[in-house]
Amino acid sequence: MIKPSLKINIAGVEFKNPVMTASGTFGSGREYGEFVDLNKLGAVVVKGVSSVAWKGNPTPRVAETYGGMLNSVGLQNPGVEEFVKKDIPFLKQYDTKIIVNIAGKTVEEYCAVAERLSSEAVDMIELNISCPNVKEGGVCFGTDSQMAEYVTREVKKYTKQPLIVKLSPNVTDIVEIAKAAEAGGADVLSLINTLTGMAIDIHKRKPVLANIVGGLSGPAIKPVAVRMVYQVAHAVKLPIIGMGGIMLGEDAIEFILAGATAIAVGTANFMNPRATIDVLEGMEGYMKQYGYQEMKEIRGKLL
Amino acid sequence: MKTMVKASIIKNLEIAPGIYEMILLSKELVETGFPGKFVNLYIEDGQHLLPRPISICETDKNQQTLRLIYAVIGKGTKKLSIMKEKEEIKVLGSLGNGFSVGRGNGKNIVIGGGIGVPPLLELVKQLEGSKTVYLGFRCNPILVEDFKKYADEVYVATEDGSEGYKGNVLELMEQHQAKGDMLYSCGPKPMLKAVADWAKENNIDGELSLEERMACGIGACLVCTCKTAEKEGEDWEYKRVCKDGPVFSRDEVIWG
Repeated sequence: MIKPSLKINIAGVEFKNPVMTASGTFGSGREYGEFVDLNKLGAVVVKGVSSVAWKGNPTPRVAETYGGMLNSVGLQNPGVEEFVKKDIPFLKQYDTKIIVNIAGKTVEEYCAVAERLSSEAVDMIELNISCPNVKEGGVCFGTDSQMAEYVTREVKKYTKQPLIVKLSPNVTDIVEIAKAAEAGGADVLSLINTLTGMAIDIHKRKPVLANIVGGLSGPAIKPVAVRMVYQVAHAVKLPIIGMGGIMLGEDAIEFILAGATAIAVGTANFMNPRATIDVLEGMEGYMKQYGYQEMKEIRGKLL
Repeated sequence: MKTMVKASIIKNLEIAPGIYEMILLSKELVETGFPGKFVNLYIEDGQHLLPRPISICETDKNQQTLRLIYAVIGKGTKKLSIMKEKEEIKVLGSLGNGFSVGRGNGKNIVIGGGIGVPPLLELVKQLEGSKTVYLGFRCNPILVEDFKKYADEVYVATEDGSEGYKGNVLELMEQHQAKGDMLYSCGPKPMLKAVADWAKENNIDGELSLEERMACGIGACLVCTCKTAEKEGEDWEYKRVCKDGPVFSRDEVIWG
């Protein structure tokens, strides 16, 4: 039997496989390099980068919940210059694609980061208009279709790389936002970001998170994510990077069957530093089990 | 080097109300289990996703065992506490930066509070020179006899006066006119702040081990940050307790 090929092409970029890392869960890959061979990943999607350094929210920034976790890190990052100087050279040592997630408080700030990265060795840009943890961290752009279209169009003017728009699930109708991003010129959509949530310490009678609310991730949100990928895949022509609670290869295959071209592993990395590789091997196993040769044989192919 | 292992549980028993001792068999973890470092314990029940970071209390190279002392503070540690002997547990370690043994001139003061006491045991074992240990507890002191094996002097305080001096560890130190040229401490934040202030007043160098809620434990998720001094042009910056710490220099931490 011929070994299945997991190669995919998204917006003209070739990926050796569909396994990516979800922004914010993998840093720039440095810490995970001790556990996984980064060369084996389809892409490393780095933590959100803004034009200047952001300090993030006070601690506690994490709360564990049933089958998931809440975080309120607040996009702490060293700023784009520091990122370009330290992290791009690090990632260039590996044979994997580099996707940079960009954050901003204003349209101008998003554009400035996109422009700064346009001449760097970056394969794609992911526009974060969906972080729930920073008031200005983009979510106001991600929950209003006119704003989503506007910011996508503006950022698109400054990027040379294909542009991914990352969607928030904290909306009434995600399809409407997806269509707006498509109309604004997005090349790819990624979904979902975290769901806004809250946990309370009943003994202290206080919210667990210093920020009061945070973003829920992990297996608890997977059915919501699969549903949203399915809906969006049927409504837009753009390729989709699906994510939300992927722990195993089987979870990833669900997203592919729902219509995603690639998938990202996020919270699972915290439970298992080798989660990305385990997911990849699980996907290969499924392909072999049913004798599929290429990803397109199963993408969106629900019976 | 960090390694993920399946370690078998040799012992997992309650040694004081709500405080458990777990002994794990693992050659790999013992080799890197320096004082002040910690391990991640994975519960793997599908509900508790995040690892529990637990400090290393003691390592035994001959037996190839790792001794952990932990408090049951929630559902996850409750699950840990009911694990049985001979069961296997997934462990990642050793993590973080530990204490630097031998930083002073040989007159060491070691100060522990509550569940911050265990990681100081391996430290006291490895320190050279004189070692004076001050331990504070709310009630029910732990590990006192173990410390006596390796320290020159061990003083104990309990808040309820059930054992040793009645009061807190700072008062205990005052009573014994604590002196030295290097200080090591681990315990609750208010205690650490008081210890840091005391060390500053007395011009004693020191290292403090901090605790914070963590997710990954390896420095990627930026969940467990603490405010620290320095960095050009900035008043302070966030450092990662799991990766840059948990041990910090006493003058590095900014107490919020």
